[in-house]
Amino acid sequence: MPGNDSNQRCVTFESEQLQSLLDAVQGRGYEVFGPRVRDNTIVLDRLSSITELPIGAGTDQNNARFRLTSRQDQAFFSYTVGAQSWKRYLHEPTLRLWNAQRDDGGFKVDANQSLPPKQAFVGVRPCELNAILALDRVLLHGVAADSAYRSRREKTLIVAVDCGVAGGTCFCTSMGTGPRASSGYDLALTEIIEGDRHYFVARAETELGAEILEGIPHSVPTEAERTAAENVVASAAAHMGRTVDAANIRDLLVRNPSHSRWDQVATRCMTCGNCTMVCPTCFCTTTTDVTDLAGEHAEHCRLWDSCFTLDYSYIHGGAVRSSAKSRFRQWLTHKFGIWFDQFGQSGCVGCGRCITWCPAGIDVTEELAALREGNPPGNCPPIRKETPRGNA
Amino acid sequence: MAQNAKPRLAVWKFSSCDGCQLSLLDCEDELLAVAGAVEIANFPEASRAVGKGPYDLSLVEGSITTPHDAERIHRVRRLSKFLVTIGACATAGGIQALRNFHDVKNYISAVYPSPEFIETLSKSTPISDHVKVDMELRGCPINKYQLVEVLSAILNKRKPGISSHSVCIECKRRGTVCIMVAQGIPCLGPVTHAGCGAICPSYNRGCYGCFGPKETPNTESLAAQLTGLGVSDPDIVRAMRGFNACAEPFRKEGEAHER
Repeated sequence: MPGNDSNQRCVTFESEQLQSLLDAVQGRGYEVFGPRVRDNTIVLDRLSSITELPIGAGTDQNNARFRLTSRQDQAFFSYTVGAQSWKRYLHEPTLRLWNAQRDDGGFKVDANQSLPPKQAFVGVRPCELNAILALDRVLLHGVAADSAYRSRREKTLIVAVDCGVAGGTCFCTSMGTGPRASSGYDLALTEIIEGDRHYFVARAETELGAEILEGIPHSVPTEAERTAAENVVASAAAHMGRTVDAANIRDLLVRNPSHSRWDQVATRCMTCGNCTMVCPTCFCTTTTDVTDLAGEHAEHCRLWDSCFTLDYSYIHGGAVRSSAKSRFRQWLTHKFGIWFDQFGQSGCVGCGRCITWCPAGIDVTEELAALREGNPPGNCPPIRKETPRGNA
Repeated sequence: MAQNAKPRLAVWKFSSCDGCQLSLLDCEDELLAVAGAVEIANFPEASRAVGKGPYDLSLVEGSITTPHDAERIHRVRRLSKFLVTIGACATAGGIQALRNFHDVKNYISAVYPSPEFIETLSKSTPISDHVKVDMELRGCPINKYQLVEVLSAILNKRKPGISSHSVCIECKRRGTVCIMVAQGIPCLGPVTHAGCGAICPSYNRGCYGCFGPKETPNTESLAAQLTGLGVSDPDIVRAMRGFNACAEPFRKEGEAHER
């Protein structure tokens, strides 16, 4: 792991300097978003001071359960992922695409021209960073490239924070996405608390990141500090709440559309769509039109959608996936399997949100393990090479 | 549409509290536009001037609870080109459908000094049990923006943007954190039809199910979760027996926990 850092600017700074880092980011015209305690959980919101961070907050997560806990220390980033993911700020839940006004015999269309502000994400977890990279793959490139996503993404600065604690529903080590941020950030921090000393080891991957670090009081990391940073991440890696055997998982799913486990999980699945809403990589949207009563003005809006609704698979004559079984199977098979065919990677980053926030307590790791049980490797259709594809 | 004569609107009341039809008057900002876009031909709550049918669009509020109403709804249907029921009473029987679980005669004799003058049916039933309904708008009361949306869609000959998925999706879009997961507060959101904009969870209250069952609701799974949160069977029955007590999925789930 440390080998990756050879080309990076790497520094140590004391915890009091975290505000200087925030100021340096804000000073460059970025609107800063980060984790905050609200609604009995951790949410992502505007951040102006480091005192707004979840200082001393921990998290206790399990199936259908999230509780905030108090830690004995003043750690800024010792919680594990909260209720919301960063997709909210890159791929907005509701977005007006254009509006139209009737004029002489026709109508005039105005595209949504509002330019998003420069935004900085502070406290991006490695799993979430990988989720953003996964969204990039879908929404920056290929047939589903999206200009609204691009305009926000290109103005986004990312300050990642490695995990020192793993949550009860975390399984990033299984998906190869954490607990250490490997690339795709401007800055990555490791938070270390040793007795009375509270400091960060930081690395920059971009020029901008290096410039920000240069501007705050820092020192060159000692060997002991580098080792401490490695130990922090190793501790998180050793305490994953969940695991997934990801070997040939795409084939396992493609081969088992008729497994009896789908019937079992369907008795519990409420098709409420929570898993897809909290998933940091679920990108599906629907569009809706709004008109005024006089028929003079129309708006075309985009909303987050879910493959768990009936409308999602509605085509001429009815919904293709009318049962809970078919909808859950579609979601899981796509997320862990068909993503490889479409986008050359898994759609799951192991953040565990779908487990924590499923109100029925369905655990994807448990479902995948059950599908694998007594299921020897066999033949299945090979991964198609026509990547990347559009919508699921 | 603007060149033609304005479509004629009628609003009808059956057994109900008037709250849903008042949503139309409550439109305030949009009310003048509504009055400009349609001829309000029959709306006693707003005007004593009643124009004769037929009507292009009828909004029907309330459930059928008397023999007289059971007759009258057929006349309303005959006079209406397009019939939309509004609210939990009209679409599911309403709160008054709680009578359906008991013998209504006992209530009548307990409430009225001269029960012989009371003519009522043993059950409160939705409009769709009696006549063909073209569209149902849910809620207790309905959401006024959804009402304007339906009117606007009908006037502009497009499909109304009314979703039948869960309330959870509305919570997530607006950024409300799940109160059931984060605080253990019982909530009917996962089985309830969207449309209110997820008001209650945003005030730390569980969803009461005012908009009735969503598409393909799994009430059994939700009830199992509620039991896990410490909700007793009698309380699960109460949760299911609100304004949509006789909507089939809620009725069944309530009865399953009654024994």
